[in-house]
Amino acid sequence: MPDIALAGPSGPKPKKRFSRANIFLYGTLIMVSMYYLLPLYVMVVTSLKGMPEIRMGNVFGPPLEITFEPWVKAWSEACTGVNCDGLSRGFWNSVQILIPSVILSISIASVNGYALSHWKFKGSEVFFTILILGAFIPYQTMIYPIVILLREVGLMGDLGGLVLVHTIFGMPILTLLFRNYFASIPEELFKAARVDGAGFWRIYFQIMLPMALPIFVVAIILQVTGIWNDFLFGVIYTKPATYPMTVQLNNIVNSVQGIKEYNVNMAATLLTGLVPLVIYFASGKLFVRGIAAGAVKG
Amino acid sequence: MSVVEDGTLKSPKRPMRLFRNPMAKLASIPMILTAVVVFMGGTLWTVVYSFTGSRLLPKLNWVGLDQYERLWDTPRWLISISNLALYGACSLVLTLTIGFFLAALLDRKIRFESAFRTIFLYPFALSFVVTGIAWQWILNPDFGMESLVQGWGWESFRFDPLNDPDTVMFGLLIAGIWQGSGLIMCIMLAGLRGIDEDIWKAARVDGIGTVKTYIRIIIPMMRPVFVTALVLIASGIIKLYDLVVAQTNGGPGISSEVPAKYVIEYMFRAQNLGQGFAASTMMLVSVIIILIPWAYLEFGGKKNA
Repeated sequence: MPDIALAGPSGPKPKKRFSRANIFLYGTLIMVSMYYLLPLYVMVVTSLKGMPEIRMGNVFGPPLEITFEPWVKAWSEACTGVNCDGLSRGFWNSVQILIPSVILSISIASVNGYALSHWKFKGSEVFFTILILGAFIPYQTMIYPIVILLREVGLMGDLGGLVLVHTIFGMPILTLLFRNYFASIPEELFKAARVDGAGFWRIYFQIMLPMALPIFVVAIILQVTGIWNDFLFGVIYTKPATYPMTVQLNNIVNSVQGIKEYNVNMAATLLTGLVPLVIYFASGKLFVRGIAAGAVKG
Repeated sequence: MSVVEDGTLKSPKRPMRLFRNPMAKLASIPMILTAVVVFMGGTLWTVVYSFTGSRLLPKLNWVGLDQYERLWDTPRWLISISNLALYGACSLVLTLTIGFFLAALLDRKIRFESAFRTIFLYPFALSFVVTGIAWQWILNPDFGMESLVQGWGWESFRFDPLNDPDTVMFGLLIAGIWQGSGLIMCIMLAGLRGIDEDIWKAARVDGIGTVKTYIRIIIPMMRPVFVTALVLIASGIIKLYDLVVAQTNGGPGISSEVPAKYVIEYMFRAQNLGQGFAASTMMLVSVIIILIPWAYLEFGGKKNA
């Protein structure tokens, strides 16, 4: 091995551009990138082909004749059982689940995190510890009690019930996120506001909220991708009319009856993945911060 | 756990302690309800009802450990457990290795670092359902990998993991690692960036090779990062459900069943609630077994430091 291989992150840039080490480095990275990009590429090309072309060739070939018909069909005609109105219904269900869930879970968790950081009361840390430990409990042990709870309040099968479930299961990570953030805001600032006579809500809305905007963005990214991608809660706490998009996608693709239309399936898959993908590519570094915050949960 | 006394409000002691700091308590009601009613109460409820013979509806007709005996006599559960063990072990080793390897490559002061990072991480934004369906299509024997290689002239080439009971878990593994390794890479990269540059200089002065520096110096220094990654992967493994449903639906036959799926099927399809509760309690027990050593390492270690 030449000396260049020893250059650590702090070392000077290797002089030779095409050294063996560099070829190995970039070669590996490009190969690995191809593995990561392959499914996205395959989904895109398949969704743009007609069925005859798919039957003739393999999944990796580029489309000879580009058609957008599979996309239209996936959106408005694909069948799940007796319903043939496509993924659009699942999409709107997901939107209706997503917006209230994100707003509700983040507002509750942010106020709660604020209370836990600056307004501790006897027992608050105990409850918080239980909440965090609860994040490790497998969902399966809590699923049925929640079914009973939702039946009691009449929200079983309703979109409102799923909103409640997302709010509950988003609480540990979001509360932790906000608590840690608010705890890093200097105590003096808080005390000065107290001396001036500001109360709990006034300090929250006028001091804490404006300072915490970046962490709100992180929380929104975390929740939007998490809730949009949820399958387990969607399949349990809803009924066919209120299925979120992921559940409907699975039903369209993995239904046993009918001829498999792979191009429509792939268009449907891409449509379902579009929202989190757009968020991912648009948010860049903040997404990484969001999942790093999510990692704390693990 | 020490209860922190009201440190922020140095007001003179008032007789009604319950009503002190009322707004904070009001704001904490959702958390208290979630923690006590749903997390503690719900878990306890499931554990209690796992000792009953509940079928369609939960009933308190005690059957002792019958459900557990039946559970460990059911081939489907045993297959689920061994599948999860296989998937878990492979996923743990491969995700950690790939995650660290990619992070180390990206840390070599390369060009287009953020482009590569974006490519490695984007699958993590996608759901398991999307992941499973995409890989189901790529691994399709008639149109996917197998037919591609056969088309090149290698007629006897076989690569059809999803339809072979012996290899189906590896088909799931390919997809699972594709989806999750980017996250671990990100965590590892953050860990590598946190290492003092002087370490590298010292290692170079001493004439220690790059690979050796990574293995002997850097990895031991990144122990906390590895522990975080480990816990993260482990908690993801036990949840494994959506991916299986979307990619194989437990098939062929029952050869890719997993515990989380077993629980859901018994609770909501087989209408055998007691059996589902017993299986979910076993999942809880396994999480606790994993969690206790971790908590001991993490929090026991902090006290010593």
